[in-house]
Amino acid sequence: MRTPRSRGARIGAVAAVATLALSACGGGSIDEQTQANEEQAAESGGECGDLNMAVNPWVGYEASAYVVGTVAEQELGCNVEYKELKEDVSWQGFGTGEVDVVIEDWGHPDLEKKFFAEQGDGTATDFGPQGNVGIIGWFVPPWLAEEHPDILDWENLNKYADEFATSESGGQGQFLGADPSYVQFDEAIVSNLDLDFKVVFSGSEAASIEAFRKAEENKEWVIGYWYEPQYFNAEVPMQRVALPPYEEGCQDDPETVACDYPETELKKIVSTEWSEGDSTAVDLVQNFTWTNEDQNVVAGYIASDGMSPEDAAAKWIDENQDKVDAWLG
Amino acid sequence: MTTAALSVDGLWKIFGPRSDRVIGTPDAELSRADLKAKTGNVVGVKDVSFDVAPGEVFVVMGLSGSGKSTLVRLLTRLIEPTSGSVTLNGEEITAASESKLREIRRHQVSMVFQHFGLLPHRQVIDNVAYGLEVRGVGKKERRAKAGEIVDLVGLTGYEKSYPDQLSGGMQQRVGLARALAGDPEMLLFDEPFSALDPLIRRDMQNEVIRLHRELGKTMVFITHDLSEALKLGDRILIMRDGAIVQIGSPDEVVARPADDYVKDFVSEVPKSHVLTLKWVMREPRPGESLEGPALPVTTIVRQAARAAIASEHPIRVVDGDELLGVVDEEDIMRVVVAEEES
Amino acid sequence: MTTTAPAPAVRKPVEPGAEPPPPERSSVSRWIPAAVVIGVWIVAYLLLEGTDTLALPGVARTDLHDRLTEFNNDLLASRDTNPVMQFTNSISDLLRSLFEWVQRMIVVPNPPRPVPEIGWLGVVAIATYIGLAIANWRIAVLVCLSFLSFGVLGYWQDSLDLLIVTGISVAIVIVLGMPLAVLVGTSTRANRAITVVLDLMQTMPTFVYLLPVVLFFGIGVSAAVVSTMIYALPPLVRIAGFGIREVPTATIEATDSAGQTYWQRLFKVQLPMARKTIIVGLNQTTLAALSMATLAAFVNGPGLGKPVLAGLRINDVGAAFVPGVLIVVMAVMLDRTTTAASERSEKVARGGGGNVRQRRVLLAVGGVGTLVAVYLSRTYIGLAEFPVYTIGDRIATWVNDVMDWVTSTFGGITGAFKDLVTTWLLNPMQSLIADSPWYVSFVAIAALAFVFGGARALVSSLVCLTGIWFFDLWHDAMITLTMTLVATVLVMVLALVFGVWMARDRKVDLGIRPLLDAGQTIPPFVYLIPVLALFGPSRFTAIVAGVVYAAPAAIKLVADGVKGVSPTTIEAGRSTGQTTWQEITKVQLPMAKGSLVLATNQGLLYVLSMTVIGGLVGAGALGYDVVYGFSRSEAWGKGLAAGITIVLLGVMLDRITRAAADVRRDDGPGPRRAFHTRLPIGFPGDRKVVET
Ligand SMILES: Nc1ncnc2c1ncn2[C@@H]1O[C@H](COP(=O)(O)OP(=O)(O)O)[C@@H](O)[C@H]1O
Ligand SMILES: [Mg+2]
Repeated sequence: MRTPRSRGARIGAVAAVATLALSACGGGSIDEQTQANEEQAAESGGECGDLNMAVNPWVGYEASAYVVGTVAEQELGCNVEYKELKEDVSWQGFGTGEVDVVIEDWGHPDLEKKFFAEQGDGTATDFGPQGNVGIIGWFVPPWLAEEHPDILDWENLNKYADEFATSESGGQGQFLGADPSYVQFDEAIVSNLDLDFKVVFSGSEAASIEAFRKAEENKEWVIGYWYEPQYFNAEVPMQRVALPPYEEGCQDDPETVACDYPETELKKIVSTEWSEGDSTAVDLVQNFTWTNEDQNVVAGYIASDGMSPEDAAAKWIDENQDKVDAWLG
Repeated sequence: MTTAALSVDGLWKIFGPRSDRVIGTPDAELSRADLKAKTGNVVGVKDVSFDVAPGEVFVVMGLSGSGKSTLVRLLTRLIEPTSGSVTLNGEEITAASESKLREIRRHQVSMVFQHFGLLPHRQVIDNVAYGLEVRGVGKKERRAKAGEIVDLVGLTGYEKSYPDQLSGGMQQRVGLARALAGDPEMLLFDEPFSALDPLIRRDMQNEVIRLHRELGKTMVFITHDLSEALKLGDRILIMRDGAIVQIGSPDEVVARPADDYVKDFVSEVPKSHVLTLKWVMREPRPGESLEGPALPVTTIVRQAARAAIASEHPIRVVDGDELLGVVDEEDIMRVVVAEEES
Repeated sequence: MTTTAPAPAVRKPVEPGAEPPPPERSSVSRWIPAAVVIGVWIVAYLLLEGTDTLALPGVARTDLHDRLTEFNNDLLASRDTNPVMQFTNSISDLLRSLFEWVQRMIVVPNPPRPVPEIGWLGVVAIATYIGLAIANWRIAVLVCLSFLSFGVLGYWQDSLDLLIVTGISVAIVIVLGMPLAVLVGTSTRANRAITVVLDLMQTMPTFVYLLPVVLFFGIGVSAAVVSTMIYALPPLVRIAGFGIREVPTATIEATDSAGQTYWQRLFKVQLPMARKTIIVGLNQTTLAALSMATLAAFVNGPGLGKPVLAGLRINDVGAAFVPGVLIVVMAVMLDRTTTAASERSEKVARGGGGNVRQRRVLLAVGGVGTLVAVYLSRTYIGLAEFPVYTIGDRIATWVNDVMDWVTSTFGGITGAFKDLVTTWLLNPMQSLIADSPWYVSFVAIAALAFVFGGARALVSSLVCLTGIWFFDLWHDAMITLTMTLVATVLVMVLALVFGVWMARDRKVDLGIRPLLDAGQTIPPFVYLIPVLALFGPSRFTAIVAGVVYAAPAAIKLVADGVKGVSPTTIEAGRSTGQTTWQEITKVQLPMAKGSLVLATNQGLLYVLSMTVIGGLVGAGALGYDVVYGFSRSEAWGKGLAAGITIVLLGVMLDRITRAAADVRRDDGPGPRRAFHTRLPIGFPGDRKVVET
């Protein structure tokens, strides 16, 4: 056991700790800060309390969530907890107090039925639009739109079906479906419009982005489900293909859908119990709205520039203090 | 005759599904292979009865697979018998309750195993003391007692060793010591020395003989080695396919094998080393000289040889004062020569 | 599903003797009837292609699925009144407050303190001291450096969170698992019953039980702990149970004959003698618990899984790589520490363990040092909050650069390879299996099961196929089956090449083994991104991910099996003047047949367990269905059905390969190694992470 090597390792470890400790020394004393905290708590009386913010799995959402969260933390002294959850699980969390806010909801009739007061248990409440407009549709990479402009009309899609064929699509053209959690009717649309395509599901936002990025780089043929607001559109401005326009009710029966997706006003959904409480963050969430451009900026900071969501949010808040002030009323 | 230390009556063990349905039916008479083919059951022990006298060394012998291990385990119900009874010192083991059975195992019978069965995580002394420990004897007391036994089996100085630090022979001494530590009335041995080298085996056999002489315990000793059986046994039970073929003293078995199976077994035995004069003497022929030296009837043939050669007259075989018969040089040579030829 | 089944061919000298060996079956090659079955299948396919395939569109559901969803909704609606759910809710409250309390002690600020009760310096010191106390100096150094790496790479809190979750889960697993292990080890009937349940637990894709777990225990810590428990329980029960069962009959008999009671036998004989194996089980359980980290993050479980998942979300390999590596570091640390601790306690128990006085002094000095460190960390902010370093970010950037280079350089070649495999292997097989009418495939698969595994395999596969048909996802199941088979073929090719190479060359073994260990420990999500970049969203991507995941275990099994071939046999062969090639193909591989079958079995199951992950990268089929069900409440029932279908596929493949192995009367060392407890996602538990 007591070989020179192990002694070397021992000394190394001790040295490592010592260096770290020394370099870390010089921070203030903990007792002082504790005292300060106690005084502050006595003064402000903790009006905000805890804020449980669901974080659904796409970057745009993350941007909204962290901006609101950071404002709540910095301006209202909330203790914000970010919970990374899928949409369904987030809604389930309203009832148990595990989730207070879903900051960007793309419309979930099924969940609304279960959790809104009208038909469900009333644990969730609609807190109005958050300003972003969700555009869902069929998109192609820009190079394709440029070289074959007529592709932007669905009636010409069959003409190019062969070009879109891949190893996965069994002779037909491949249509890249999305993350399973998104609202999507592409299989029905393809079959009801008699398109010679097969829907192949990418499985996740990341997989779709990777496919679009590669397609643009290598001039490959890709068409798929895509949406706005989305930071990736700043890197590669995906072009929308026009489907038969949306009309009220044309997507009611999932089997017969043959029209484009509607534009969606993205909403804030909150826990009823929390919204009826006296947290100062309730007003903040109620007042929060911003635009697709705003969100794309923050999302870009996170995904393209590799900033942490906290830093990205802080940076945007710095640059847009006026908007933030409006939310704080 | 005093009451038997151990008495076994009509003992059966049949392994397999619905084994209890076999006994008493014609199936029970089938050979082992036929029964197995017909019902899937295997006969381990088939209708075995015998008595062991107090202080006797009773050897059970047979080829491997003949049911010896099963038999010896039935004696303390390490295997549950299918039918029959075992009585130990008047106590019917086969009818005993769980706790009674435990009492008997703790105080009256101990066993030594072929593969030792030592606890590798315990020192020799604690292995030896194990039986005392499960009885609830305090640590100090049981260690003291175990220490004595360790000395008795010649392991002094190894108390603190672990089993895997000992040779096979020494490990079996630990097994022996463990069996002796509880001071049982009866010891059971299941091929205890089969896994040992021949030289060590001989030492251990002598050890058993010595202990038997010193402690006088009743012993049931299983072996597949005839010479071991002959060397240790007061009586020998020979088994085949779970059933008894013959029970008798060593010289009886050698001289009067009950069938070809036993004959085969004993054919290699140097008869002159085993047989006593009882088996070679004859009626004095009319007019034969009765002047020769007298030897007891239990004398081994080989030991009588010198006297026979030296003497002009046939040797008189006596039991006390009674003349049982005579042997001459030729009778003895017949035994010895037959051996050389076979 | 594992191989704890005792090998049929090799029997210990049980006393009293066991049954005579079964008569050998005649070994007519089974490939001839198999070829006939496949031939008939192809003909039927050509005649009936595309009819009755039972294909169901990706987002479509059947009545059965909706009924299952309904069940979920009812439960959810009754969550405030249902006594079972109230009970589970109170358990989850308990777990959450326990976790949060520990967290406030060592990780997060304990208000009004701006920092935890014990700062980083104190935590590192305590951990190091524990390493020193239960093991030795080397371990203490390892622990110290591991903890420092958590902080220096920028994941101090996530790492400690993961440790806490793992600790709580393992503690509960021990409390629940040891009694079960005793049952498994002492009662044949209990063993049989419990093994069936464990098989199910281990074949079930973790994603599938995340759903009900969330339903009953809510999200966050409690869901993480519960799902980790479910996942980590089987290895302990299996391995510890195996250890108890394997205590030599001779010893049990010998001590029984001394008149011991049941409890004396258990505590004085069985448990002490199974001690080493039990510790192996514990070790495996700990590692299994760690490997749940990433999946638990899907339900907001705290720990290193979160940053891994976040990296996946923004397609950032580097960002996922660093926490992924930290999981490996933690695994190595825990593995080494538990192993060394058990070795040490063994030594101490046997009166060894070095100079006692010297050690006492060392421990005392270390204790004082630790106390001082704790005190300092309670006094100075800088010693309480881990300082920020950028090394982690730099590593992430570097990894991304490397990956970019790799994708841009090899993109063409890998694409060609993908097309080759897809066109010539995957597509034809999928056509045959999935595009034949369902009844044709049904009969054909059952027939093949019979050919390879005999009547027993036939029965299992009939039951499983019927179940698959019942759950309305036949077509998807057949596609998943195809992908699984193709991936397993690739796994076995790798396993044979590298396994034999490792077995024949010690240096190669030494070089490759640590890579395999790391490959098994790193969360699959980490390499999903580069694989995705190379191959795009496709079935092949999922296959590659499955191969990467399953190959290390299979390679090791083959290597160990080939190595286990007796040197005398090889010598005997050599003396006849055979070539190296002949030696490998005529001696080593046939004699290691048991291991090969086992490797195939494990390969199939590992690959299958990656199905769900495949659903995230465009492979569709059952994986997509599970993810879909998990993501959208109206499809919950479909997800559940898909999960059950995966289990049925797994059970079927397992039974067929096992039966095939038995029919083969394997004489290799493979199936006897009961430690190959399969862990579906994360890293397989058939090994210790690091051989010591
Ligand atoms: N547990 C068991 N189940 C089935 N058969 C057994 C069992 N134990 C022993 N046997 C069979 O009983 C017969 C006698 O075995 P055993 O008593 O061990 O013989 P021996 O000790 O003389 O070699 C053998 O044929 C053996 O196969
Ligand atoms: Mg025997």
